[in-house]
Amino acid sequence: MIRKSPRPVVDLLPRVAMLRLLAVLTIVLTPHLPRLPIWAAALVVVLIGWRAAAALNGWRMLSGAVRVVLTFSAFAGIYASFGRVSGQTAGVALITVMAALKLTELRARRDTMVMVFLMYFLLITHFLFSQEIWTAAYLLVCATLITGVLIDANHPGGGLALRPVLNLAGGMVLRALPLMLLIFVLFPRIPGPIWGLPADSGAARSGLSDSMAPGEISSLIQSGETAFRVRFDDTVPAPNARYWRGPVFSRFDGRKWDPGFRPSEDGVPSAELSGPVIRYEVVLEPNRARWLFALDLPSRFGLPQDAELNGDYQLVLSQGEVRERRLYRLQSQVQYRLQPAMSARQREWLTRLPRTSNPRTAALARSWRAQGLGDDAIVREALRRYREQTFYYTLQPPALGRDSVDEFLFDTRRGFCEHYASSFAVLMRAAGIPARIVTGYQGGEKSTVGDYWIVRQSDAHAWTEVWIEGRGWLRIDPTAAVAPERIERGIGEALASDDLPAFLNPALRSGLRFDLRARWDWLNAQWNYWVLGYGPELQQAVLSKLGLVDWRRMIIALTVLLSAALGVLGLLLLRRAAPVNREDEALKLWRRLQARLARAGLRQAPGEGPIDFAARVARIRPDLATTIREAAARYLAARYLQPPNDAADPSADRTARQALSAAIARVKP
Amino acid sequence: MNPSLQAVLQALSGIVLGKERQLRLALACLLARGHLLIEDVPGVGKTTLALALARVFGLDFHRVQFTSDLLPADILGVSIFDAPTATFRFHPGPVFSEVVLADEINRASPKTQSALLEAMEERQVTSDGATRALPDPFFVVATQNPGEQIGTYPLPESQLDRFLMKLSLGYPSRDAERALLIEPERRDLLADLPPVIGTVQLREFQRQVRSVRTSPALVEYLMALIRATREHRALRHGLSPRAGLALKHAAQAWALLEGRTGVIPEDVQAVFVAVAAHRLTVAERSDARAIADDILAAVAIP
Repeated sequence: MIRKSPRPVVDLLPRVAMLRLLAVLTIVLTPHLPRLPIWAAALVVVLIGWRAAAALNGWRMLSGAVRVVLTFSAFAGIYASFGRVSGQTAGVALITVMAALKLTELRARRDTMVMVFLMYFLLITHFLFSQEIWTAAYLLVCATLITGVLIDANHPGGGLALRPVLNLAGGMVLRALPLMLLIFVLFPRIPGPIWGLPADSGAARSGLSDSMAPGEISSLIQSGETAFRVRFDDTVPAPNARYWRGPVFSRFDGRKWDPGFRPSEDGVPSAELSGPVIRYEVVLEPNRARWLFALDLPSRFGLPQDAELNGDYQLVLSQGEVRERRLYRLQSQVQYRLQPAMSARQREWLTRLPRTSNPRTAALARSWRAQGLGDDAIVREALRRYREQTFYYTLQPPALGRDSVDEFLFDTRRGFCEHYASSFAVLMRAAGIPARIVTGYQGGEKSTVGDYWIVRQSDAHAWTEVWIEGRGWLRIDPTAAVAPERIERGIGEALASDDLPAFLNPALRSGLRFDLRARWDWLNAQWNYWVLGYGPELQQAVLSKLGLVDWRRMIIALTVLLSAALGVLGLLLLRRAAPVNREDEALKLWRRLQARLARAGLRQAPGEGPIDFAARVARIRPDLATTIREAAARYLAARYLQPPNDAADPSADRTARQALSAAIARVKP
Repeated sequence: MNPSLQAVLQALSGIVLGKERQLRLALACLLARGHLLIEDVPGVGKTTLALALARVFGLDFHRVQFTSDLLPADILGVSIFDAPTATFRFHPGPVFSEVVLADEINRASPKTQSALLEAMEERQVTSDGATRALPDPFFVVATQNPGEQIGTYPLPESQLDRFLMKLSLGYPSRDAERALLIEPERRDLLADLPPVIGTVQLREFQRQVRSVRTSPALVEYLMALIRATREHRALRHGLSPRAGLALKHAAQAWALLEGRTGVIPEDVQAVFVAVAAHRLTVAERSDARAIADDILAAVAIP
């Protein structure tokens, strides 16, 4: 049996080049490591370390059989870990591990090339996981590094000095940027996010949910995350009118509110909007919800294509959910009359309460009714009760039992907006007035840097809508009765300072850190708006400003600009390749003459100098004697003799070139 | 062509008849601050040429006849005890002149040969611990007789390298022969030859030679020629880097003679055989000059 010994590491690459390649690979792979199964991450680290040690110590390479076994086991391992080998996480894990395995056969320049292109591809996969500014910056740095490896690999010998290589690579990346921007702006956008791969990561996002139980919103308040950003075209609504309408809940089970099953005959209720039209643009953070937020109350005109108003006048998506940051435009008016008329069936549905729960609340409402109070009066009476009795607005309400509304209204009296809204709606329903819960956000903070508003999770809010015959749905915010500053000045003002999450603490809301945070938010907002939010809608807006209103013109512009860019690039490269000094240019002209004379049978011998050649030509063809002698003299002057003193003067140089060109043209064999 | 050098050349061709090419090469050799080796039979005008070169530039001249018993001190000089001052005094030898004719250099012992050749290279003489500079300009014309082999010590290749050029004069042409026979003795004519240009101007020309331009294209050509000598089948050794430099300097001198500000390929070709042939180590029964000519014809001018 012939036993083949493993090939020794005869690195055909210089050791420096190999170590640099490994370093760049490490930088490129590192963000993926936490996303890998632990064994795969360990394998990648070990392989990189092993290859570096092998390069340093001249270890032997693994034999072919070991490599095959490793590769197939890694493949099987990925399949075992993910249940598949494609898709976002599994696919990236597979290519990451395979890139690391490629190191076991990395010896020559050819393999470096494969690695370089693998690394470029791996770089792109980072966008599947994050599209933050940091990611983009990191990718630019990585692209420069990989290009550096590519440059090094293209030099025979390799192992060039680091700085010039990085300078060149950086220059190349910089020069690619205009082209990148051009393609980014002009490349036709299809609806949908840029990086819309099937997301199997299932990352939970904080935000409002599709039901409301006591304590859910108050836990949301703890989060400083941005829910969405708003840019108003001109009119900015007053703080107490900034109610951002989200999920509407009409069914109460005694503790929890949810949308319930709306009676089927409901269409979109009629709404008469009045007052100034407020136009605005929302950049919504991904929340995996099936609804969008709108300023109370949105106009039914100019809605995003995939969104519609439902029976509760909530803006919902006709399909899918908000998985990616999205940009949409809306218009709203803050004065409205919503659904002035209502069917008996609907009224019954909207006053329904679980029969046995919250008996004390029901009794209170009935007592008002028994006093002969009308709907309006009952609403006022209820609000008066919140205002005049000692209710506390707090983020840490005591736990409530089964009859949560009873306990809250009569015993604890400490609660957050959801407690107030919920108890108020129950009171109204008990009195026979149709009522429902609206959740969403209230308020928002003006950016200190840019001209936009930030609405955070901490602005989450719940309020009530009651329906009064003839006036339609009225927004009643019982929280405003208890803690009016919450509505007027925001959550940070309404809570006692020891109750506040740290990011809302007024003591921390000034100074450098706060300022930096504001600026960072502004930068992120720009990024979200211009880069991530650059979908078909924004593209249309931008392009129509540039006068490119339809797709055809846009494609023409894209083609023209790209060809122009490539043309300029080509010309620059040609110029570089073409003779740049007068000596080489002289040679080019002389070659032209040689070719012309050769066609006439006068061939310059290899070792024949121009003067000798001219003399020979003059002997054979006396008619050419003068011209060929002059051409030869000018050629020699341009290529060999001392440049004239004014050679620095480009016009003199040009004159000399033209003279040579003319002299050569005069030789007509 | 430079008018002063034209005048020099004219004066020289009045003495050495019908050998314009050799005269030019010899002149170029002097301008390039190189030394000249003339290989020829006796009586073809070697001494006359050397003397004429010394005369036209107004240089002082010494002739040393090399024999087998010639000692280094006979060339370099000797220290003699001076009784009145009770010190040794150095009496400079014939090498301390601006033009030295070393006649039949291959007759002297290697020791004496190398004494002269070292002085040529260093342009100074060290004797009794004192270093004495040789005059500037300093130009050695050595001759050797190719026919005689008995009792001679042929110069080794390493020593030949010290000579910038090797020329042979050859018999005069028919017209020149007639003129030689009819006209007065060359030596008498020489005595009447006035200096055409002085030492100062000669040094200036020598300085100018170094600043004649060698363009990148020309350097490419030089390199191609040198590479060709190293790769040639019939040659055991090609041109050394020092030979390459010599070729460049000689070509520069030739270009200056031609009145050019830069060296052109023809200038290189003009001096190539004279500069290269004696430095090439040829296989048996090959002619270095023919090979050099072949190389010139074969190497393409880039």
